[in-house]
Amino acid sequence: MRPPFRSATAGNEPLKTLDFLFQRLIKAAFVVLGVVILNFLLIHLAPGDPAAVMAGEAGAGDEKFIAQLRAQFGLDQPLWWQLVTYLGNVLTGDLGFSYRNNVPVAELIMERLPATLLLTASAFLFSLLLGVVLGVLAAYKRGTLADSLIMTGALIFYATPLFWVALMAVLVFSIHLDWLPPFDMESIGADYTGWARFADIAYHLILPTVTLGLFFTALYTRLTRASMLEVMSLDFVKTARAKGVPKARIIRRHVLRNAVLPVFTFASIQAGQLVGGAVLTETVFAWPGIGRLMFDALLQRDYPVLLGVFLVTAAVVVTVNLVADLLYRIVDPRIEAAG
Amino acid sequence: MTFFRRYAQHYGALVGLAILGMVLLLALLAPLIYPVSPWQGVGEPLLGPFEDPAFPLGTDMLGRDIAAGLAYGARVSLLIGVVSTAVAVVIGVSIGALAGFYGGRIDDLLMRFTEFFQTIPAFAMAIVLVAIFNPTITSITLAIAIVSWPPVARLVRGEFMSLRSREFVQAAVVVGQSGPRIMLTQILPNTLSPIIVTASLMVATAILTESSLSFLGLGDRNMMSWGFMIGAARTMLREAWWMSVFPGVAILVTVLAINLIGEGLNDAMNPHLRGRKG
Repeated sequence: MRPPFRSATAGNEPLKTLDFLFQRLIKAAFVVLGVVILNFLLIHLAPGDPAAVMAGEAGAGDEKFIAQLRAQFGLDQPLWWQLVTYLGNVLTGDLGFSYRNNVPVAELIMERLPATLLLTASAFLFSLLLGVVLGVLAAYKRGTLADSLIMTGALIFYATPLFWVALMAVLVFSIHLDWLPPFDMESIGADYTGWARFADIAYHLILPTVTLGLFFTALYTRLTRASMLEVMSLDFVKTARAKGVPKARIIRRHVLRNAVLPVFTFASIQAGQLVGGAVLTETVFAWPGIGRLMFDALLQRDYPVLLGVFLVTAAVVVTVNLVADLLYRIVDPRIEAAG
Repeated sequence: MTFFRRYAQHYGALVGLAILGMVLLLALLAPLIYPVSPWQGVGEPLLGPFEDPAFPLGTDMLGRDIAAGLAYGARVSLLIGVVSTAVAVVIGVSIGALAGFYGGRIDDLLMRFTEFFQTIPAFAMAIVLVAIFNPTITSITLAIAIVSWPPVARLVRGEFMSLRSREFVQAAVVVGQSGPRIMLTQILPNTLSPIIVTASLMVATAILTESSLSFLGLGDRNMMSWGFMIGAARTMLREAWWMSVFPGVAILVTVLAINLIGEGLNDAMNPHLRGRKG
């Protein structure tokens, strides 16, 4: 907390929020810039010729293409000039060329991004909702069988690799029970439109969402329970109880909002991990997002795509954190712009 | 003594210790129990579990013994889990100690650096690092360490900041001890408990990350690992469930055991912070 007298905009709430927004925007821009520089360093630190790295290995780049890359990135120029060139390219939306797919990397990623956003957003909502509900329930029923069951489940899913959960889900729900589709985002060749297409996608979304979400559900359940118990031990709750307010009402009116807010904050910071998990989930379910793209790029040693996906995921995460910060500030005005 | 009694109060923590002990034993004895390389086919392909008493967990499509794979996989998981955590702790402690002790500009700079690494998606970065520097046991270990040190740095910074103003540290300053010496001999020993608790939980995360990387084909080609076994089993899911089920259970059980130990350590070392997570 900064002492208020040090802030030039003290007492002026809208201005303070603008100030805060500005600070956060700059911070976010620096993170993205950092990733661009990191990518650049990786290309140069990688074993072998940077041009070959940019072309993608495994015999993908022919001589002409590599020569063209050398010229384009000025690889005979000093290193700092190469960095400037690289930065300039990225700033103008040029993330390189996927020789393997014969498409600019940016185009490839933009085409795949919506599928990943859909999957991660639905997994995020699923895990946050279920996690908070289970955590509140466990805290409310502390010490009972329900509490033990919920917490044991959380402990187990917190220790399970999510790609394995995905495979087991396919084994049970697709292969044995034949309830849910094991891969793809839409039924091939069905050509649904409107609501039918929406329903088809939702149907395909169930398994990937649940398997990606379960690890995070476990995490949020544990956090919510701990947070609830902490708030429940505070003085104002004791006061309410002493006044004779019914327990359910105390939980609803007093504990819940104080306990759940930190979980939301933590969850939004964790959004980056969700994108990481999407690489695994999309790989198992052949989900046509950037995670799957990253896996294919790995198999083909298509480094421009790999680095491009890395940059875009970082940008997405930074954006999500920014929005979460702002929302949090609106929901809880006690929070000062820290740093 | 009181430490162990507090630790042993938790049934789960003891179970975790017992399980981890068994996994460790299996890892150490792997070459004795299974003298043949786990990469070599030793039986008929695709034997189910208990079909042949010689291969209680069955074989894969090349006739490799699943049980042998699990034993050798334990070596990789534990080795990478422990070494990458150790490296991450060294990085995190160094950065956190410098930032917390000196404060000011140094603190600002180091914390921005830490925030940067904490913001960017860890797993995506680990993938990129391992892919570009080729998957070897060293590159995998370092990549995991590079993406997992920030929480340690933040933790250590906080501890150093609060301890810096305490009398015993002030006394050391008055006596004329140098900064590094105060950090190492006065402050660091007092921050060990939370570092140990955090590190124990990081080993579990590191094992999960390692298995995820090798599942994606980013494992060391010379070392059998659980993630690789599950990755190889993917295409055989319909025909041979045991190929993917057993390695997954191995990961689950090991990570669960380490998490239980971490929680036990947390309760034993920070009795006043019971129930606090992370």
